[in-house]
Amino acid sequence: MAVQKFVVACFDEEKTLFTAVKQVRKTGYKIHDVFTPMPIHGLDEAMGLRDTSLHTAGFIYAIAGTTTAFSFITWALTYDWPMDIGGKPFFSLPAWIPIMFELTVLFSAVGMVLTFCYLCQMAPFVKKDHFHLRATDDLFVMAIECTEKTDESEVSDFLSAIGAVEVTTQYKETGWWIGRYDKETTIFGKPVEPVVAQS
Amino acid sequence: MTLTDKYVIPKKFNMLSLVLMAVGVLSIIILFITHGSSSNQHVAARFWASLLANSVYFLLVVNATMFFIVATTLAWGGWQRSFSRVSEAISTCVPVIGIIALLVLLALIFGNNHVIYHWADDHAQNDPALIHKSGFLNKPFFVIWTILTIAGWWLLGKKIRGLSRSIDDRPLSVEEGKKYIWNNTVWAAIYAVVFGLTVLSTIPWLWLMSIDAHWFSTMYSWYTFASSWVAGIALITLFVVYLKNNGYLELVTKEHLHDLGKFMFAFSIFWTYLWFSQFMLIWYANIPEETIYFKQRLQGPYRGIFWLNLIINFLAPLLILMKRASKRNYGTITMMAVLILFGHWLDFYQMVMPTAVMDPQTKLTHVPNMLADFGIALGFVGLIMFVTVRSLAKHPLTAKNHPFLKESIIHHT
Repeated sequence: MAVQKFVVACFDEEKTLFTAVKQVRKTGYKIHDVFTPMPIHGLDEAMGLRDTSLHTAGFIYAIAGTTTAFSFITWALTYDWPMDIGGKPFFSLPAWIPIMFELTVLFSAVGMVLTFCYLCQMAPFVKKDHFHLRATDDLFVMAIECTEKTDESEVSDFLSAIGAVEVTTQYKETGWWIGRYDKETTIFGKPVEPVVAQS
Repeated sequence: MTLTDKYVIPKKFNMLSLVLMAVGVLSIIILFITHGSSSNQHVAARFWASLLANSVYFLLVVNATMFFIVATTLAWGGWQRSFSRVSEAISTCVPVIGIIALLVLLALIFGNNHVIYHWADDHAQNDPALIHKSGFLNKPFFVIWTILTIAGWWLLGKKIRGLSRSIDDRPLSVEEGKKYIWNNTVWAAIYAVVFGLTVLSTIPWLWLMSIDAHWFSTMYSWYTFASSWVAGIALITLFVVYLKNNGYLELVTKEHLHDLGKFMFAFSIFWTYLWFSQFMLIWYANIPEETIYFKQRLQGPYRGIFWLNLIINFLAPLLILMKRASKRNYGTITMMAVLILFGHWLDFYQMVMPTAVMDPQTKLTHVPNMLADFGIALGFVGLIMFVTVRSLAKHPLTAKNHPFLKESIIHHT
């Protein structure tokens, strides 16, 4: 939980956003994140984000599912309560494979959804600060992290020069908290500006 | 951008394909002398079974490359357009291998060897089980349907290849492009129906399953199709990698390779799914007339091939092709494509051989010396190489006026 200072730049076109991301990285400013209304192909590569490890997690969950099904059925049908089913041996693997397969899918699916939510810090009532409300509508919003040494006006000028339509300096909470937007009037003591729909 | 459109056949490649074909012909001659010319039908059957397994396998594989074009066309896919000429070129092998397969099948039906298709024997009229199947398993239907099928694959494939080549020297307007796509879709749909009535149902039953005439499995055709389909994709991949290594196909990138790898991975799983569905139901019901098929394979001398088949076609693709990095690596993909082609050849081998190859004295099944089978398989590989590069050299390598080509250029996974 820490409130940090950010310089927030808004772009209204994908094209300018891409060149801006490239130039910001080249100049050496640190991009906190880029918020866009829709998924943009290639932006993660342009920002230099590493590949997600969600697949690896999925693989581990899948193996866990297979192992759970296999070990439980083995224990139940060969040790705890052996049953003669159609004269088959107690340990009859082919009959278990559908169940092992289903549990593999179930574990990996549920596990990956939960991991995805954890990585994105998404859950019911988990709230995060927004940099710009129009990031969900029609603006591409780039947040740049500042330190004590950062000269904001220099950053702002730079961002305006590379095509930002709107540049602001904001103090934002980087972590998450539990709450409801509609019930909250202040977040950590800061006044929240009311959202007015614009025609 | 300029494209290297003309493929020139290297002398070495030509030589290699000729050598492989010579090996194939030599293997056939040797096998004919040692087995095929024997007056004992069980000895001769080993020769015919080898020809049957090889010719049917390679025919279905090259035919699957045309199905790749058809399936992606029907799905309105664009990503494959930068290398679709490669699979079109491979599918020109259909008439050549089709004629070989047709000759083998006709020789089996009209020759005096009834070990392989024993339902075609006169004695079958005394067999109650075969009398009930005679509506499907009879000589006239077999011959007519086989000829119609091979002719259908050939002519429809020719039509679809012709459509693709017809726009090589005239760019299309938007309206013409829409008409062209619609035309392609209609012909692909017709091909898909013919494919569904042949490869996906009747043809594997007629050509392969009827070797075990008393046994039956409704999964058999799908399982055979899955085998040939994944092998067909592996074959396309091999040719794409070969051309790419020699500086052709500039538009093909790692993204396309990645998607071909995904296809190989996914359809290996699909094959396993069908293989297991067939196996598990038979294992579970445990009815002697059904389990007899697996008795020879699972407990008999074909045990080794049976498990190797599963390891090569399921475990290896599952574990090796799962990672993104290995699907984007030319070396890994090439190795896996070769492995998959070999694995499904082995799969067809164990479909045909156990019932067809018997010891003449003891009437017990046994694994023959596989050297001759490998030789014949190499002959077919040489034939595919020989025919495919000729088609590649005749036409431009990229369908540069296809309306969806841009989708393939910007393809991104």
